[in-house]
Amino acid sequence: MKLFDFSGYAELIPLVQNSLIAGLLLGLIGGLIGVFVLTRDMAFAVHGISELSFAGAAFALLLGVNVVAGSIIGSLVAAAIIGYLGSKAKDRNSIVAVLMPAGLGLGILALALYEGRAANKFGLLTGQIVAVDDPQLFWLIAICSVILVSLLLIWRPLTFASLDADVAAARGVPTRTLSIIFMLLLGLAVAASVQIVGALLVLSLLVTPAAAALRVSKSPIVTPLLSVAFAVTSVIGGILLALGAGLPISPYVTTISFLIYVICRVLEKVKK
Amino acid sequence: MLAIKNASLAFGERTLWSNLNLEIKPQEFIAVIGANGSGKTTLLKAILGQEKLSAGTIELNGKSVKRGSTQIGYIPQHRTVDAATPLRARDMLRLGVEGHRFGLPFTSRAANKKVQHILGCVDAFDLADNRVGELSGGELQRLRVGQAVIDEPDLILADEPLSALDLAQQKVIAELIDQERREHNAAVVFVTHDVNPILSMVDRVLYLANGQFRIGTPDEVLRSEVLSELYGTPVDVVRNQGRILVVGTQDHDHHDHEDWH
Repeated sequence: MKLFDFSGYAELIPLVQNSLIAGLLLGLIGGLIGVFVLTRDMAFAVHGISELSFAGAAFALLLGVNVVAGSIIGSLVAAAIIGYLGSKAKDRNSIVAVLMPAGLGLGILALALYEGRAANKFGLLTGQIVAVDDPQLFWLIAICSVILVSLLLIWRPLTFASLDADVAAARGVPTRTLSIIFMLLLGLAVAASVQIVGALLVLSLLVTPAAAALRVSKSPIVTPLLSVAFAVTSVIGGILLALGAGLPISPYVTTISFLIYVICRVLEKVKK
Repeated sequence: MLAIKNASLAFGERTLWSNLNLEIKPQEFIAVIGANGSGKTTLLKAILGQEKLSAGTIELNGKSVKRGSTQIGYIPQHRTVDAATPLRARDMLRLGVEGHRFGLPFTSRAANKKVQHILGCVDAFDLADNRVGELSGGELQRLRVGQAVIDEPDLILADEPLSALDLAQQKVIAELIDQERREHNAAVVFVTHDVNPILSMVDRVLYLANGQFRIGTPDEVLRSEVLSELYGTPVDVVRNQGRILVVGTQDHDHHDHEDWH
């Protein structure tokens, strides 16, 4: 059993080309959206959405339909419910806590009934090795483009609404619509991330990099850029390290992302 | 500038106020006073188009109010900002200029100039690069005033902006609002449960109670016989060293039962 193995590495790289592109995209949107997840206090909601996304993907697997589509549907349903019912942080937490086990339970049921390859099942929860095929990559590129463009266009009003919804609303910002749009984008980002790191570890892409960036920066421009850099480093680094060992990428991704966070906390202490 | 005509607002059986007529001129400072639940904040929401009137109209610069407006600057009650907000004081001010704009988030040079100017107005050069989550209550309120006036609104709406501040800070914030409305020729509608910190600035008072109201200068409205009639019970208005105390109102919370009004 080897955790790291780089023999014959050069031949392996082309095989993971799709994964690397996917990783780059996920790092980009995960890093950006993560900043809003934290300012809007929605880290727990991300976890809840990812469990329903898992349930959607598991049922798609069982029914033999597109897994990405299943995971998107699960995500969007969860995001819509949380967005609609949980506009206050306190309500939101209890709604997420109710949805999460329900989704996870349904997902486990679907997986138990599924008779195909075991690796497919496990992958939805804990991430895949290298299995991003061309159609899957196409989906990811499409989803990530939608998220990226929308997020950039609403960036300023969303920042305003996240700082103080009342003041933003007084200036004419449609805060309610914005928060629903944000939930849908978040749902899409979660669905995309589930494909690579698995439902249980989505937080390592959508929360940890932004949390690390917030430790060392207070600027509204530097923070998202750092967050993206951290997220991309985690995913790409994770894929490259996992490749040699033939193990799932998620432990590598989560460990790198966690280490970056620890380093940022230490840097913050040193600066003070 | 702001014209409220025959406005009524009722929730079911309960009427907050009816047949309210109020014409506010540029630079005028209006204090909205009244007990909790008398509809002060709801009036602000109606002016912001967030609460529908049961009857009547509200017009801002000749146009019926919509949900929010860039001609309005809004100063909320003090509350803390989440520490996880990646914004500095200067960024908070910038949102007052361009926070409502959709589109790619490039900032303009003009906005930077305004931010620099307002930092001076609210005496916040030292705070400019501080994280907003780390500012004190008084500092944050100073910046909220700055954020509200930076885009030179015609109307400043303030919803209890002095609450949770100590007396010295109350004075600073009140004077800041007064100074900014003069400089930018903006009218002010200032909701408060305590008129004393702003008494010297107020042009007219709108006193809400029991589904009724009185409008006039502080001297006209804040009198025992006027408020007694409004409340329908004997109320004493005591003046002492330039401060006003309203005693004997029944519908107040215990904490401001004998508070300065």
